[in-house]
Amino acid sequence: MEQKKKRSIMRGVILVILAIAIGYTVYAAITKDKIEIIAAGAEAPDFEVIDLNGEKHRLKDYKGQGVLLNFWGTWCAPCEREFPAMERQYEPFKEQGVQIIAVNFAQSEFEVEKYVTNMGMTFPVAIDKTKSVFTAYNIGPLPTSIFIKPDGTIDRIITGEMSEVEIIQYLESIKPE
Amino acid sequence: MNKILCECGHENLEGTKLCQKCGSPLTEEEKGKKIADMRYEGTAIRSKTYNKSVIDKIWNFFSSVKVGISLIIINLIAASIGTILPQEFYISVATEEEKKQYYSDVYGWFGEVYYALGLSDLYSSLWFQILVLMLGVSIIIASIDRGFPLHKSLTNQRVKRHINFMKRQRIVANGAVTEQQEQTLELVEQKLKALKYNVRREDKAIMAEKGRFSRYGAYVNHVGLIVFIVGVMLHLVPGFYVDESMWLREGETRAIPGMDGYFLKNEKFILETYDNDPQGEQLKQGVNTMAKNYQTNVTLYKQADDAVPGQADNLQEVKSYEIRVNHPLKHEGYAVYQMDYRLNELKTMIFDLSNKATDESLGQISIDLANPQDEYDLGNGAKVRLMGYYPDFSGFKEGVPQTASQTPNNPAFIFKMYTPETPDGETSFVAIQQTLEPDGENIYKMKFANVEMRNMSGLMVRYDKTIPMLFVGGIIFMIGVAIGSYWNHRRIWIEQLADGTVRLAAHTNKNWFGMKKDLDALTSHAHLPHYVDQQELENNENAEIEKDGKTL
Repeated sequence: MEQKKKRSIMRGVILVILAIAIGYTVYAAITKDKIEIIAAGAEAPDFEVIDLNGEKHRLKDYKGQGVLLNFWGTWCAPCEREFPAMERQYEPFKEQGVQIIAVNFAQSEFEVEKYVTNMGMTFPVAIDKTKSVFTAYNIGPLPTSIFIKPDGTIDRIITGEMSEVEIIQYLESIKPE
Repeated sequence: MNKILCECGHENLEGTKLCQKCGSPLTEEEKGKKIADMRYEGTAIRSKTYNKSVIDKIWNFFSSVKVGISLIIINLIAASIGTILPQEFYISVATEEEKKQYYSDVYGWFGEVYYALGLSDLYSSLWFQILVLMLGVSIIIASIDRGFPLHKSLTNQRVKRHINFMKRQRIVANGAVTEQQEQTLELVEQKLKALKYNVRREDKAIMAEKGRFSRYGAYVNHVGLIVFIVGVMLHLVPGFYVDESMWLREGETRAIPGMDGYFLKNEKFILETYDNDPQGEQLKQGVNTMAKNYQTNVTLYKQADDAVPGQADNLQEVKSYEIRVNHPLKHEGYAVYQMDYRLNELKTMIFDLSNKATDESLGQISIDLANPQDEYDLGNGAKVRLMGYYPDFSGFKEGVPQTASQTPNNPAFIFKMYTPETPDGETSFVAIQQTLEPDGENIYKMKFANVEMRNMSGLMVRYDKTIPMLFVGGIIFMIGVAIGSYWNHRRIWIEQLADGTVRLAAHTNKNWFGMKKDLDALTSHAHLPHYVDQQELENNENAEIEKDGKTL
């Protein structure tokens, strides 16, 4: 009897170990594009950008505040459509401790400056000339918006255009308490 | 637990076919056989002993040889389906839509079905990976299930075996020794030692054994396979495997995907072709030029250690290298390969500020499309202000020029030209083969003068920490195969009875010919009675019966 029990436990343990190995592999395979980099709930990689006015913005320094990190390009039509809404929400949310930073995909200063003047954006806009922030955040299609909570973790990642209602709702959810 | 008590007094586990001590047959089925089943030494294969709880059932499923072989076949079929059309990984389109389009465009309805079934990305599909992993589980469990009992019984062998065991071996001999009866066992021992057998003797019984380790060959190669599968699995664990690609324009510096903190600058892309007259196959295939060399001259930079993404100033140069096909840039386990290229992307456009009537030029401006300036001063009282730049002009929307992408495929500009004659400035919209003058007729125009091109390199970034593991797995596997195929396990049991006659039995797992040669030498040296191959006898009998049947 004793031996039978021991055998069952042994087999059970071996099967559980194998099941865990399979489970992990399958999970890693499904999420392999994002697993190490970014997913909701993960720590947002720290970065530093210099905006068009020459000011440095480092994610670490915004700890305690919410951050909307928006990746865009001048040719991207949905980016252009969501900027006015973002602009309207910038001031009210800034007062409540939520920062908006727009990061451009390695375009020329000429293009970006003209675009910003045209659109009347007042929130910081930076150019990621070496695409290193894009690489760190594994950005695919534009626009991609990353909502970062005051504790530095990612609240949600939105790929594609957002309506003003959605922008307000998502910004609300990353407001500091 | 039920035990089976053998007549020799040894308690055997349920399911045992041959007594673990003396080798006497224990089951009715086994007793009915003329020749003993020596696979796994007649031990109770663990999975066959119990089949009650869920754990036992799962265990038994995976330990089954039938299931294992079925899994191997299913895996092979699945893997070969993935080779019918190229996998998504190898076609260079990005979005799902484009992929779908690609398969239906290139391969017609078959491609469409192939894509729809998900076969275009088969190797990373859930079901395929589960299949491979199930095979892995089957290998592990079958090895545990059979390996340990086999090992136990091989290490617990008794010298003296039961008469039933001896009688039921394939090769047996029985009878009186022809000469030197008293010395028989000494002679046997002497000869077997000369033949490099391990000889054990107990009173009047001898057991000689050779090449026992070959029985472990199958398990060694299972271990190799498992190491290999684990290595492949580790590809998915962050930090073990990187496989990324990047496009890098000449003059551009960008972060290397998958290689944190490193930047690569493309100094120059070089394509060299053979300078030959096309002939033979070349003409048939319509190939005019043949590439001799694809090369990207790069400089590798590293960020300061405590730097974060985005801090691209203060890059430290690591090294310069000329990446060619099969000569990747290597650094800290990473390798950057030359994979692809694109030639002739617009880099700089040069315009003449010229009088439309006289064609007289006030000078040239050169616009770097990657970094256009606000204003170009020509020095002689003339200047050109750049009001707008659209790298990939795609038409007007509500009077505003639009750009389709950030790549300068079809650049368009809005210029304001100031000259001594036109101090207020004249506005002109200039695109390729298109000029618009929104404020009416201008005196001056921007006349296209020249263009400079640049190339792009397609590079691949690879990092693989699992290679040593795959290598080790492969080597262990091959060692296992060698152990199992080139050596064989030979055993000879001899007992001299009280009346001086000798009883002999022999068994080997393969190469019966070699076994018989050893026995021939032994028989003549120790004057033993002639041995018979019972299986051969049986086969001959069967053949004769068949023959008789036919003639009847």
